[in-house]
Amino acid sequence: MPQSADNIKDHAKLFNEPEYQKLFESKKQFEGCHSEDVVASQAAYINTWEYREKNFSREALTINPAKACQPLGAVFAAAGFERTLAFNHGSQGCTAYFRSHLTRHFKEPCSAVSTSMTEDAAVFGGMQNLIDGLNNAYHVYKPKMIAISTTCIAEVIGDDLNAFVRNAREKGSVPEDFPVAYAHTPSFVGSHIVGYDAMVKAVLSNFWEGKERQPGTKINIVPGFDGFAVGNNRELKRILDAMGIEYTLVSDVSDVFDTPTDGTFRMFDGGTKLEDVADALNAKATFALQKYCSEKTLEYAESKGQDVASFHYPLGVGATDELLVKLAAVTGKPIPESLERERGRLVDAMADSNAWIHGKTFSVFGDPDFVYGITRFLLEMGAEPVHLLATNGSKEWAADMDALLKSSPYGVKGQVWAGKDLWHMRSLLATEPSEFLIGNSYGKYLERDLGIPLIRLTFPIFDRHHHHRFPVLGYQGGLAVLRTILDKILDVLDVETAKTGISYDLVR
Amino acid sequence: MTVDVKAERRALIDEVLKEYPEKTAKKRAKHLNVYEEGNSDCGVKSNVKSIPGVMTVRGCAYAGAKGVVWGPVKDMVHVSHGPVGCGHYSWSQRRNYSNGQMGVDSWVTMQITSDFQEKDIVFGGDKKLAKLIDEIETIFPLNHGISVMSECPIGLIGDDIEAVAKKKTKELGKVVAPVRCEGFRGVSQSLGHHIANDVMRDHVVDKAAGKEFDGTPYDVTIVGDYNIGGDAWASRILLEEMGLRVIAQWSGDASVAEMERGSKGKLNLIHCYRSMNYICRHMEEKYGIPWLEYNFFGPTQIAKSLRAIAAQFDDKIKEGAERVIAKYQPMADAIIAKYRPRLEGKRIMLYVGGLRPRHVADAYGDLGMEVIGTGYEFAHSDDYQRTTHYIKDGTLVYDDVSEFELEKFIERLRPDLVGSGIKEKYGTQKMGVPFRQLHSWDYSGPYHGYDGFAIFTRDMDLAVNSPVWGLTKAPWKAA
Repeated sequence: MPQSADNIKDHAKLFNEPEYQKLFESKKQFEGCHSEDVVASQAAYINTWEYREKNFSREALTINPAKACQPLGAVFAAAGFERTLAFNHGSQGCTAYFRSHLTRHFKEPCSAVSTSMTEDAAVFGGMQNLIDGLNNAYHVYKPKMIAISTTCIAEVIGDDLNAFVRNAREKGSVPEDFPVAYAHTPSFVGSHIVGYDAMVKAVLSNFWEGKERQPGTKINIVPGFDGFAVGNNRELKRILDAMGIEYTLVSDVSDVFDTPTDGTFRMFDGGTKLEDVADALNAKATFALQKYCSEKTLEYAESKGQDVASFHYPLGVGATDELLVKLAAVTGKPIPESLERERGRLVDAMADSNAWIHGKTFSVFGDPDFVYGITRFLLEMGAEPVHLLATNGSKEWAADMDALLKSSPYGVKGQVWAGKDLWHMRSLLATEPSEFLIGNSYGKYLERDLGIPLIRLTFPIFDRHHHHRFPVLGYQGGLAVLRTILDKILDVLDVETAKTGISYDLVR
Repeated sequence: MTVDVKAERRALIDEVLKEYPEKTAKKRAKHLNVYEEGNSDCGVKSNVKSIPGVMTVRGCAYAGAKGVVWGPVKDMVHVSHGPVGCGHYSWSQRRNYSNGQMGVDSWVTMQITSDFQEKDIVFGGDKKLAKLIDEIETIFPLNHGISVMSECPIGLIGDDIEAVAKKKTKELGKVVAPVRCEGFRGVSQSLGHHIANDVMRDHVVDKAAGKEFDGTPYDVTIVGDYNIGGDAWASRILLEEMGLRVIAQWSGDASVAEMERGSKGKLNLIHCYRSMNYICRHMEEKYGIPWLEYNFFGPTQIAKSLRAIAAQFDDKIKEGAERVIAKYQPMADAIIAKYRPRLEGKRIMLYVGGLRPRHVADAYGDLGMEVIGTGYEFAHSDDYQRTTHYIKDGTLVYDDVSEFELEKFIERLRPDLVGSGIKEKYGTQKMGVPFRQLHSWDYSGPYHGYDGFAIFTRDMDLAVNSPVWGLTKAPWKAA
């Protein structure tokens, strides 16, 4: 008997016990599955160039795409505003999924409501659901703002949020002056990063439209969809404070996705103050830290007369330098010595570890700006990027990436894959492997199947805890990324050298 | 239960309802109750639409059909048909364990989708679907079938996935199942289960009824066990040990061959009644196969179930059941002896899907724990009737509870443990209340069977008795 009170074995061990191994063996007679030979032969075949070619000729089938849909980004963006309730107009299952998805990554509650549209709403439209939903949400959760995004059903039947919200106000669902931002976020266009952009723009326009801009000196920073926002936004604020810059972080989820366990559940916490959102119209400039998360938002800010600039998830030396230089140029504030010293420490760390990273090959997948930012840092360390993939990357992104690779002699091995999925990545890594893979938890299947160690550095990270609490942006973030990568390289080396004991060195 | 406590709980319901607009309060009042012993149901309304804007915990028909019923069938390719999101969020989230090689002869842990774009919405997706099925044949040639899991847009744009499936079934000579589980259908996951059962009936079971099979008098099928954390295996091992032959598992670690064997068993054993009773009723009506609900949570219910199952067979099996109970009971007793002193008298609140809010109650009872509140996301009235066999007088019952209600109930009743889902976990823990996820087993399991009870017990203890709960208040803060 495998189980005893003194030694309780759960799933990780229980099924390796002989009783269960026997059960698996005997179950096979009922399964009608392929013979071991057939399976082994197909398993070998999917690692070949021939299969890669077939795999890349797919036109209709998408397998393991590294992207989510628009409203997820909208819910995430909404969570970053003061006492703002994310509100999905559509089927309720969507909302359950968004909440679960964000919760599994942050290990934090995520609040959002739905208008629970069903068959009758599909026939008659969802206006009554929206009217009732706003009224209930306003009374029960007492938000300061409601941020509506749409899911498929509402988009396909063509529900008009502008008209619906106006009607809801007329019917008294929410007071006339209560802020309701709304964005159409069809899941069959773009991905979560587009939905993020749509919601940020919707919130800004809710407060900015019809207002006269009084140009001031503050800077708006839009962080973008970022699973590391808890650590990163705090790091950003520290940098901006160190420079003495007055700023508004537009959508800041660092508190609501990091509340304490002290006996109180805070459904809302922190976030960009609504008065600051209104005042953000007067900012001198709006910076987007992730270009492809903020295209519409930047256009909008620019149309209001603000200077705009965008970055690609700035981390490491050069990218952080550019951010600071730009901040200094726009605000006239000098870059303080404290940050210069931090820069020097990062360069120091890179020099210390250089020998272990130089020439190592890495593939990267994730959102477009993340892939760009990490690739740039890898190049700075003399590492060689190989396959760089963003399922939600555009042609423009691919061009940005190509230019980046060309800028460094270490970029020659780099191949950019826009719009491809992780089953494509599997073929790429099976035929032209890199030594390491950087991405999110979904990469663990590639790690297992191909034996390429995975370094988890981007959303979603479901199967490891707390990574998102520590910054990966800026110089400090560069240090954390460097350490994470280096730990993996040396852990792998230790495991490999432990087999013989040769090179299993105490000092590295 | 004293009259006072019951009155207090009723007052709590009233207090919570006061926070709603009047129309909403009136509707929600019908879903909340304090159970009166002797009543044949829990006195709550169920299986009706959720109220817009109040943060229901419920999911949708797609979640029920793809996520629960079809998704675990391992040698089929399950296509999330429509935009990318639904398949993404349900990708590898249910922990339905299976043996097989991902992308070679098993697809359970993959996200396979038609990734609809605007042009597919405008011009329809049937052609894309047909092409995609051909591509599956090239990319995953060892598959034994394909399911087409419809997302919301499919039913709204007038696509005819049934026609595509019919054509492809003929062409390929294998199961291509069109599942109309658009998320707007019905009021919860539940209709998705039903739709999934119906498609299984029409496209798998009935079509395969003529296939030859070498049966024995001891053939049974496990129905409604999704093998979360290996549950079905921890159940199967007991049934086999008592002398039965498990010819199929539905649908955890299932193969198409197992699903096709639906008409061949002598008895269908159903664990999750809510999600698969439909197909059991069909197999009973059409093939005369009786079905029996069983409960493999905790030694009391396991022994009771093993004997009830054995009663359907001859003495050999009855002796087998006694032998199994005699073998495992000492281990269960040792577990109880070790942990019961640590858990005795602890009060628990549950809020889960369609089975566990009642099925786990006696397992907690085995440990001396008491369920003080329970409710279902997507139960029907027959579930609430069955619940009365498990709960005590004065239990707070909440149907389709909103996060707001649940939070208030937890805050006021201060249970020692809450068992619910991922969305409820972290908010509850912030309140300083221990929590275990009872959908995914909180990344643990199995919890079924005797082996599972040991793990279940360990997990409840580590949650309730974690030292972290003693640290939530800063010492400089006045109590």
